[in-house]
Amino acid sequence: MSSLSGIGGRLYRGETSIDFIGKRRRWYAFSGIIIIISAITLGTQGLHLGIEFKGGSEFSISKAGATVEDGRAAIAAAGVTGETVVQKVGNDRLRIQTGALDSFAAVKSSLAQTFGVNVDDIDTQIIGPSWGKEITKKALYGLIGFILVVMVFLTVAFESKMALAAIIATIHDVFITVGIYALVGFDVTPATVIGFLTILGYSLYDTVVVFDKVRENTRSITSTGKITYSAAANLAVNQTLVRSFNTSLIALLPVASILFVGAGLLGAGTLKDLSLALFVGLATGTYSSIFIATPILAQLREREPAMRALTKRVAQHAPGAVTLEAKGGLNGSNSGSETKVSWARGPRNQPKRKGR
Amino acid sequence: MSALKNSQSPKAVKSSAKSAKSIAILAIGLIVFSGVAVIQGATKIKLGLDLRGGTSVTLTPRASEGTKVTTEAIDQAVEIIRQRVNSLGVAESEVAAQGSGTNRQIVISVPGQTGEKIVQLVGQTAELRFRQVLVEGAPVATTAAADAKSATLPSGVNAELNAKYAALDCTKKESLQGGSTESPDIAVVGCDRAGTQKYILAPAQVVGSMVSKASAAIDQQGAAGWYVLLSFNGEGTKKFGALTTSVTTLAAPQNQVAIVLDGLVVSAPRINEAINGGSAQITGSFTQEEASNLANVLKYGALPLAFDQGEVLQVSPTLGADQLHAGLLAGLLGFLLVFLYSFMYYKGLGIVTVASLMIAAAIAYLSFLLLGEWIGFTLTLAGIAGAIVAVGITADSFVVFFERLRDEVREGRSLRSAVESGWVKARHTIIIADTVSMIAAVLLYFFAVGGVRGFAFTLGLTTLIDLLVVFVFTHPLVALLARTSFFASGHKWSGFSAKSLGMKIKTDGSAELKG
Repeated sequence: MSSLSGIGGRLYRGETSIDFIGKRRRWYAFSGIIIIISAITLGTQGLHLGIEFKGGSEFSISKAGATVEDGRAAIAAAGVTGETVVQKVGNDRLRIQTGALDSFAAVKSSLAQTFGVNVDDIDTQIIGPSWGKEITKKALYGLIGFILVVMVFLTVAFESKMALAAIIATIHDVFITVGIYALVGFDVTPATVIGFLTILGYSLYDTVVVFDKVRENTRSITSTGKITYSAAANLAVNQTLVRSFNTSLIALLPVASILFVGAGLLGAGTLKDLSLALFVGLATGTYSSIFIATPILAQLREREPAMRALTKRVAQHAPGAVTLEAKGGLNGSNSGSETKVSWARGPRNQPKRKGR
Repeated sequence: MSALKNSQSPKAVKSSAKSAKSIAILAIGLIVFSGVAVIQGATKIKLGLDLRGGTSVTLTPRASEGTKVTTEAIDQAVEIIRQRVNSLGVAESEVAAQGSGTNRQIVISVPGQTGEKIVQLVGQTAELRFRQVLVEGAPVATTAAADAKSATLPSGVNAELNAKYAALDCTKKESLQGGSTESPDIAVVGCDRAGTQKYILAPAQVVGSMVSKASAAIDQQGAAGWYVLLSFNGEGTKKFGALTTSVTTLAAPQNQVAIVLDGLVVSAPRINEAINGGSAQITGSFTQEEASNLANVLKYGALPLAFDQGEVLQVSPTLGADQLHAGLLAGLLGFLLVFLYSFMYYKGLGIVTVASLMIAAAIAYLSFLLLGEWIGFTLTLAGIAGAIVAVGITADSFVVFFERLRDEVREGRSLRSAVESGWVKARHTIIIADTVSMIAAVLLYFFAVGGVRGFAFTLGLTTLIDLLVVFVFTHPLVALLARTSFFASGHKWSGFSAKSLGMKIKTDGSAELKG
């Protein structure tokens, strides 16, 4: 742990600097490939939708020694045809999913008979055919509303370009998360959709923390003229790296415990679906705040005339400093550690330290 | 350490008193609200149906010809369904519209094991109509061509209607689903509920909203057994009078008036005489249950909207208890992991994290108690999940603060001045980040239904609690701790040692204490 702290100190002073912004094309390409794969999988095999989206019934029986075979026999006896799923959940719970039923009560009583339990002890869920559509519609409204409100808020709290970059990163997260769901074939239930929506909030939360530091670092760069916007932003990402790591880990720990307990004790259900979506989303959210949001922001800002002028000035005043235009920083292989240090050498980086 | 004592400027003393005061106010607040909770008798968190067993039904209003989904219509529907559900007499049953505007859904939750009954009762979310029977017959489909000559058709029945009637097979399940949304002004074909008869029915003369009262009664002489007493309002009296007057003289089956609920004939009693008095009796070989069910249908049948059954969830108390345990276990585990990590990474400062999280948990618990009493808040499984996820978000505020603090110390500030300068910067970040989180929670709450709202609610609530705790507890606590020599001197277990901050110790030995 202390080695991580040590890294934190070095990152803060700019002694160790990871070139997040210079190598942006690498991250863009990486994300681009994942998004393309996601889009293809979505198009070809689509999402694995739970019964909530198709309509149908679910029965859950708690009985020691209940077997999948018994469950199948019981629903077959009740005359259920078509696609059914019978699963063993946990130690002694059996979960049965069917399509829309003509004879819901008959199935229930057949199950009660087979397993020798009271009809009222069978947990059931019936979902109408339009339910999934309704939820999807509301989720979409929520998504659009959220993006608009946050756009306005971030424009007021920060600036319009930060808002734009943050939103792009968020949409990127949702895309990748949905793509992973299509790829792996996880069940998508309403709880998953909620998970996706929560990711939006969380991904932005993470980005906001990084951007706040970017803003602080770039506040007076045009007057001092020592560092380019990109370099200052890169320093900010590096300075908040330990925090991002800690935050993500701390956020993932409870989510992981929900996932673990939810999947282990209850099997499929709200807890598992929700936490799985959050787990996948939190990971992508952290990635995008660092690798996508800030590079996009830097790119947007570097287009401004003032920032271009600054980049020129920095290049003239400090020949050692690497600017995005001058060196591109794309490969970084020949720039060496020396240039990296000069990248990050900001106004706050003077040896003020006096020890203790 | 002498440098530390010397630097106790008056301002620092004041700030120290302020920190202590802030924590004291929080403690008093907690005690006062705990007292309020005890006085109000809120000693247990109200649990949702998924945690204690029960049935919940979610209905989505469906627009149909002639009816529009309006806010008033939904409100009225909620009122009617609530009456029906309450007629079951189950304590703590709840009927509420969720969502916003006309996009709302009606969620019915009834605790305990009344599942099937509720589903059936609420399933009858239908229009009630009184229609004269024009044609009555066996439920099976017949060939329409045989009697399609218009001359042989009874008045009010055209060839098209007759063809429909002939094709109708009431022995099929799908014919008995009900949910008909046809306008009351046209003649229709329909089955009875059991699928043993089919009918052609005249336009509705009397509709459910004209019924003012209905009740089940028993004939004391025992001749008629259970029957249903029915009263109409002014308009209903007139129209029902006119309807009965016009049909009594007709031959069977046209002297029958069908009570049609949700497109299905509940009963089609024969009218023996004109009923002009505004009240009627429906007799038949009813059991007590059948009679009171019919009375309920008549009384509350006039729903202004048609509904789709969105979701029916029935949870047994066993599963509820399992889910509760799983939720609590996950919460406990999540807390423990966060504690462990905080201690490993922040060492002494980890105590602050743990203490802050515990305070936050205490406030959350108290809020759940009081909100349960004040606004009927119930904790659901999704709500627990929201609270657990919030542990991460809450802890993050501390991480943001602590990392800022350590950055300030790395810049060469003393811990005490770092607390103030770091706080000012961290505060800004925390407020903005929490606002974003809050926006997400509020929007989720308004756009979502059912369990999701529980999730959004606890997420929003805990975000607010996070802000409160960071401001009145964590920051003051750190400010106080910064005055102790353990932290200020950078003890190796304090989380502020030069080593754990990754600071270089100057080799020329010029390291000095800065006051």
